[in-house]
Amino acid sequence: MSGPRFFDEMSASDGAPRLVYDKIARWLDRSPPELLASRRTQAELMFRRIGITFNVYGEKESTERLIPFDIVPRVISRSEWNRLEKGLVQRVKALNLFLTDIYGPQECLRAGVVPSDLILRNPHFRPEMFGRRVPHDVYVHIAGIDLVRIDADDFYVLEDNARTPSGVSYMLENREVMMRIAPDLFAEHRVAPVENYPDHLLATLRSVAPAGAGATPEIVLLTPGQFNSAYYEHSFLADRIGIELVEGRDLIVRDDVVYMRTTQGPKRVDVIYRRIDDEFLDPLAFNPASMLGVPGLMSAYLAGNVTLANAVGTGAADDKAIYTYMPEIIRFFLGEEPLLKNVPTWRCREPDALKYVREHLGELVVKEVNGSGGYGMLVGPHATKDEIALFEAKLKENPSNYIAQPTLALSTCPASFDEGVGKRHVDLRPFVLTGSDGVRVVPGGLTRIALKEGSLVVNSSQGGGTKDTWVVDDPALG
Amino acid sequence: MLSRTADNLFWLARYMERADFLARIVEATQRLAALPRTYSAQGAEWESALEASGAAEGFHATKRATDEANVVNYLAFAEDNPSSIRNCLEYARTNARGVRTALTVEMWDTINSAWLELQRLTVQHQAGRYDREELSRFLDFVKKAALDFDGAAYRTMLRNDAYYFERLGTYVERADNTARILDVKYHVLLPEMETVGGSLDYFQWTAILRAVSAYTAYHWVYRTSVKPWLVADLLILQREMPRSLISCYENISRVLDALARAYGRQGPAQRNARAIKARLEHATTKEIFQGGLHEFITAFVEDNARLGVEITEQYLLS
Repeated sequence: MSGPRFFDEMSASDGAPRLVYDKIARWLDRSPPELLASRRTQAELMFRRIGITFNVYGEKESTERLIPFDIVPRVISRSEWNRLEKGLVQRVKALNLFLTDIYGPQECLRAGVVPSDLILRNPHFRPEMFGRRVPHDVYVHIAGIDLVRIDADDFYVLEDNARTPSGVSYMLENREVMMRIAPDLFAEHRVAPVENYPDHLLATLRSVAPAGAGATPEIVLLTPGQFNSAYYEHSFLADRIGIELVEGRDLIVRDDVVYMRTTQGPKRVDVIYRRIDDEFLDPLAFNPASMLGVPGLMSAYLAGNVTLANAVGTGAADDKAIYTYMPEIIRFFLGEEPLLKNVPTWRCREPDALKYVREHLGELVVKEVNGSGGYGMLVGPHATKDEIALFEAKLKENPSNYIAQPTLALSTCPASFDEGVGKRHVDLRPFVLTGSDGVRVVPGGLTRIALKEGSLVVNSSQGGGTKDTWVVDDPALG
Repeated sequence: MLSRTADNLFWLARYMERADFLARIVEATQRLAALPRTYSAQGAEWESALEASGAAEGFHATKRATDEANVVNYLAFAEDNPSSIRNCLEYARTNARGVRTALTVEMWDTINSAWLELQRLTVQHQAGRYDREELSRFLDFVKKAALDFDGAAYRTMLRNDAYYFERLGTYVERADNTARILDVKYHVLLPEMETVGGSLDYFQWTAILRAVSAYTAYHWVYRTSVKPWLVADLLILQREMPRSLISCYENISRVLDALARAYGRQGPAQRNARAIKARLEHATTKEIFQGGLHEFITAFVEDNARLGVEITEQYLLS
């Protein structure tokens, strides 16, 4: 299925393993199928044991919640990672400067770097935030930048997630499981640890406490509650960081100060790592029907008495229309060339682009500007006639709601199945933390894998799985 | 800690304890109902189970006949009974999920496994008719789950306020349950022909002892045959008996004091718990029987409920 046009991360074009994958290739070679099978079973059991502690929602959904795990680690060399990391830091810096600007002086709009209507009419732009300064000018404290690899040299940014990116708990648990099922393989590599992510996150959140907070600011994680699909991740992170996991009803606002209800009376809260979308944060400011939020939270936030991470209004920077302007945004705010490439994108709001897209629907991937999770998209080469017709109609009706990109030649990695080792397409979501004291990135991130042969959709809601991602020291040459 | 977390822990423990109690009530009633009928044509045993578990009103509203199958179904499996065993386990798990971070892995494992098993058993139950063998397996499973949970909490929790609230829930509920199970005997009136201390009376008290796993303990403590006032003594006034009312109140007082020390503040809950404990310390079985065992128990259940309200107001609602 995956023909020669796809870059395989283990075996380069001539079929010989790339140096960085040498040991993985040998590990796979020397492991008979039964051994690989028993490792898969072992991994699944471990996840089910962890899983038993979080995945089971209703009786019917219980099995769906186990996201499949592939036991072959994905390897990135230290030098490759160093380049990526620089690019990620650059990109997230630019995102923060961009947000500071659009909620402030709006120089980039006046300079015509980004069309004004894309911001002002963006459903995620929050006029309430206009003219306000957020603590330390950090908007995006936690970013998840989705990357794809297409050849030996190039990674492309597929998407910036600047609202409430999830998946980091899988990154951490994949590593724990991998260390148990393949200790030998670990011993042969120098794998950069990821387990310090919770500490980094805590340090980041501490650094952005409002000026009025004491020496040890009170930090909480705000979850929509146990029926949210990412609830496990919320409780996992709160536990690892050692902060209270609160729901909206646990918080109260008095005189623009946020408190949590404790057994010893109200206790002041300084920083809220919120995993609730803007719309549901405060029924007085946004969606009045929200049962998840905290009445008065926005007012306390605007008064500067509490820090929200991420800030309110970051969604204006992560939709797919703004994405297409990221190279210009980086140049404008940093005066640097972007280190990570953007996937070439046609903005269907532009007539020429729309014309091209409509003529080439069968080759392109068409996405909704505000969509996520792999829904509402058309993968041209895999689409039926009906699906293409449906998108023709959608494009005609509301072209500016769509962008189109070439079908990317996502790289493949080896993956282990009952039928043997096969190549599957992958992407990568590194997590980038920004505090007042700098940017932190743990090496690697979450690798998502399309388990269906030939499939390019890696989303877990669409049959994707995950892999452990290793950043390893470069193999010695010669 | 968050009030909601404390509240969840308190109720989580209460629901697990209550599930255990309901299983024991059903078992005790089965034993009572199996005693020779020649003495009594009334068959009031199942009514007494409903009374003792506080479910009589709810049950009668369903207009179902008061027979074994209906009452057992109502107490064990009914969705429309907020205090059925099944609902207790459901609520326990919902509460546990809400406070995942306050539980140890072992506690969560116990509750979650019990809940998964419950799903399986409920499906089976709905599929079949009333089956006593199935039922006794189910009741054993419930008692085991409560025991595992209690053990997991005791062995694995940090001794901080989370632990104190979990323990408070357990002991407040256990005190209530012990009192109620003693009261089962009150509702199963002896037939007119039968004398107090006669053989039916003897078997009824024995059933109560067995229900709270105290039959052997009774003999070790008193070294005599089963007598009503000694059963009451054991379950109310004996410090050695872990589920006696006084034992529960020693624990409640100790835990509330630990909480007061940790928070640097005493409150109505501490004062009231001490008062109840003092009353139990000064009580004698003679006085209890003179004033009426049922009256004593009714007053105790009310006191205990009031303490629950005070704990809630002092800590769980702030």
